[in-house]
Amino acid sequence: MSNVQIMTGNTAAAIGAKLSGVQVVAAYPITPQSQLAEILSQYIEGGEMKAEYVRVEGEHSALTVCISASTVGARVFTATSANGLLYMHEQLHWAAGSRLPIVMCCVNRGVGAPWTIFNDQQDSISQRDTGWIQIYCRNNQEILDTIIQSYRIAEEVYAPIMVCYDGFVLSHTMMPVDIPDPEKVREFIPPYQAHTILSPEDPRTLNAVLFPWRRANSAGVLCDGYMEMRYKLQAALERSPAVIQETSRHFAEVFGRNHGGLSWGYRVEDAELVMTGMGSLASEATQAADMLRDEGIKAGVVGIRVFRPFPAKNLKEAFCGAKGIVVFEKGISYGYEGALCSDLKAAFYRTENQAPVHGYIAGLGGRDVKARELADAARASWTEMQTGIVEKPTTWLNCYTG
Amino acid sequence: MPENLFKINAKEYILPGTRACQGCGLSLAYRYTLKALRENTIVTMPACCLCVLQGIYPSTPVMIPALNNSFASTAASASGLVAGLQALNRTDITVMAIAGDGGTFDMGIQALSGAAERGTDFIYVCYDNEGYMNTGTQRSSATPLGALTSTTPIATKQQHKKDFLKIMEAHDIAYLATASPAYPIDLYDKFVKAKKIKGTRYIHLYIPCPPGWAYPPKDTVKMGRLAVETGIVPLFEVENGRFRFTGRSKTMAERGNRLPVINYLEKQGRFRKMNIEQLHQVQHWVDGKWQEYQRRSQE
Repeated sequence: MSNVQIMTGNTAAAIGAKLSGVQVVAAYPITPQSQLAEILSQYIEGGEMKAEYVRVEGEHSALTVCISASTVGARVFTATSANGLLYMHEQLHWAAGSRLPIVMCCVNRGVGAPWTIFNDQQDSISQRDTGWIQIYCRNNQEILDTIIQSYRIAEEVYAPIMVCYDGFVLSHTMMPVDIPDPEKVREFIPPYQAHTILSPEDPRTLNAVLFPWRRANSAGVLCDGYMEMRYKLQAALERSPAVIQETSRHFAEVFGRNHGGLSWGYRVEDAELVMTGMGSLASEATQAADMLRDEGIKAGVVGIRVFRPFPAKNLKEAFCGAKGIVVFEKGISYGYEGALCSDLKAAFYRTENQAPVHGYIAGLGGRDVKARELADAARASWTEMQTGIVEKPTTWLNCYTG
Repeated sequence: MPENLFKINAKEYILPGTRACQGCGLSLAYRYTLKALRENTIVTMPACCLCVLQGIYPSTPVMIPALNNSFASTAASASGLVAGLQALNRTDITVMAIAGDGGTFDMGIQALSGAAERGTDFIYVCYDNEGYMNTGTQRSSATPLGALTSTTPIATKQQHKKDFLKIMEAHDIAYLATASPAYPIDLYDKFVKAKKIKGTRYIHLYIPCPPGWAYPPKDTVKMGRLAVETGIVPLFEVENGRFRFTGRSKTMAERGNRLPVINYLEKQGRFRKMNIEQLHQVQHWVDGKWQEYQRRSQE
């Protein structure tokens, strides 16, 4: 029954979009996403995928095309990386504010200046507050499956989803991927029902200017103001963890694979030292956990799959046995610390879990991070924690800071 | 004349109660635009005077569906509508993108150039009131030489208006035309024609603006006419590369009775700081453009 093929992360993403019945694709090439934009154009020109492909002149327009096509009721897809994502920034807010179920891949890459084409996660992390759901994948199978899941989630909560995966580390690395049965995928994602279709049959003005307060319409009914609309976006994201978990559970039932909903664990049951991170870095940390276990340190990994909405409640449980937490991140909130590190500490505020948290910044601009190095860092932190060093400045791993 | 008026679609798509300024040239132009395009139309626009005219949520006086999008995105937004409708097999709907000169000449030029190069099947309308009027009369690249704006408040604008029509023509689009709300039948005819043509169609509307140009609101049609009668605004269309004067400009080209630009400039407060040197420059610039158009009309 299974249809396993060896493919790159970008190919897995393209197959995910094709299987999801995407009707409009708009994309602008950027390394390391380019291959994905190319494969989709092959599918569409070759007649393998029935969709409109708009070869836009820039990323701002790529997301704009998705926004407007989604508004008339089409299922849409786009993908980008790094500076392309930053160029879309205005439209990221616009897409979320319009409550459109757009799915976009962010093939994570460091941002300029100076130029780098290599991987880190500063691009998507810096788009944290745009109202998008962010899901980080750790292998190519998860990329394909997450795109399918994302259409179901996005179309239920009416919020856009960014499926993030590490440039080159996943995008250009061949891995075995089981391609799901197209018929089953069609059943898994019902056809897109837009909440408001822009159509001459029912003329309306969408995203109109509004005043600060609620205001009555011509029938005297009091309608939302800007704050009410924004609150509803927040409420949708707050509601989405349940939808994400249910989608994961249902996906596992149909396709036999569960990538973990909001987060996943590796050897965490009795773990005292818990390493955490997102995407391939968290995956790498599982090897580090094995090494530390061999040395007698009870180490485990919690991989954060969903970064927004931040699954604080779920993570409180996931980390409940931890006596020390080490966070590895491929991005930073300049002037403070890694964004995940901050969020995680905040999640434990006034809870029983007061384990020390040490933050590490690693692998910026594609700098190599080996499992051995993660293990060394975690061990060093663990030793410090034993000797009472609860807080310490963020450590830049493999970086000459002298 | 009466039979010409009777041919105009009697249905109104803009009800009373727009948020436009008194004497707004755009509301007049938009009224005839929608009459020509009729019901089966979707409009998209950026932040601009038109999105104010469209009203404050949750009410609108406009009965044609409209999608607001961000400032730089108008033509890309239209591309998305076209692609979405194509994917859903709804190709009978006319898609119109409409933006001001700021959203067209300046920030929206990339998206527009991209959409035109792709031959996107839509009508793009630039309503050119020669400045960022919605934000309070700042200079744009469509502002004419010698005009006072809130960002050229003392020395006046030092450069001529960007010749945007040349830029659009260079895209070899299916149809290109200019129109003025002071000549509504000419405007109406051009939209009726554009609606029937496939591919990218560009219509440039010259929109007199009472607060931005500093003239009394009652004189909007008069300003629109003077702009045409002085040759500052030529009414024409380009179809399959063939240039043709239309309406008043056609008669002017035949009779050679073009008025001096001073007749137009002296009636607007925005030109009150213009010096004699600038006046000659504008006259010279307009003469040059007019001769170029005349040459083309005789080809």
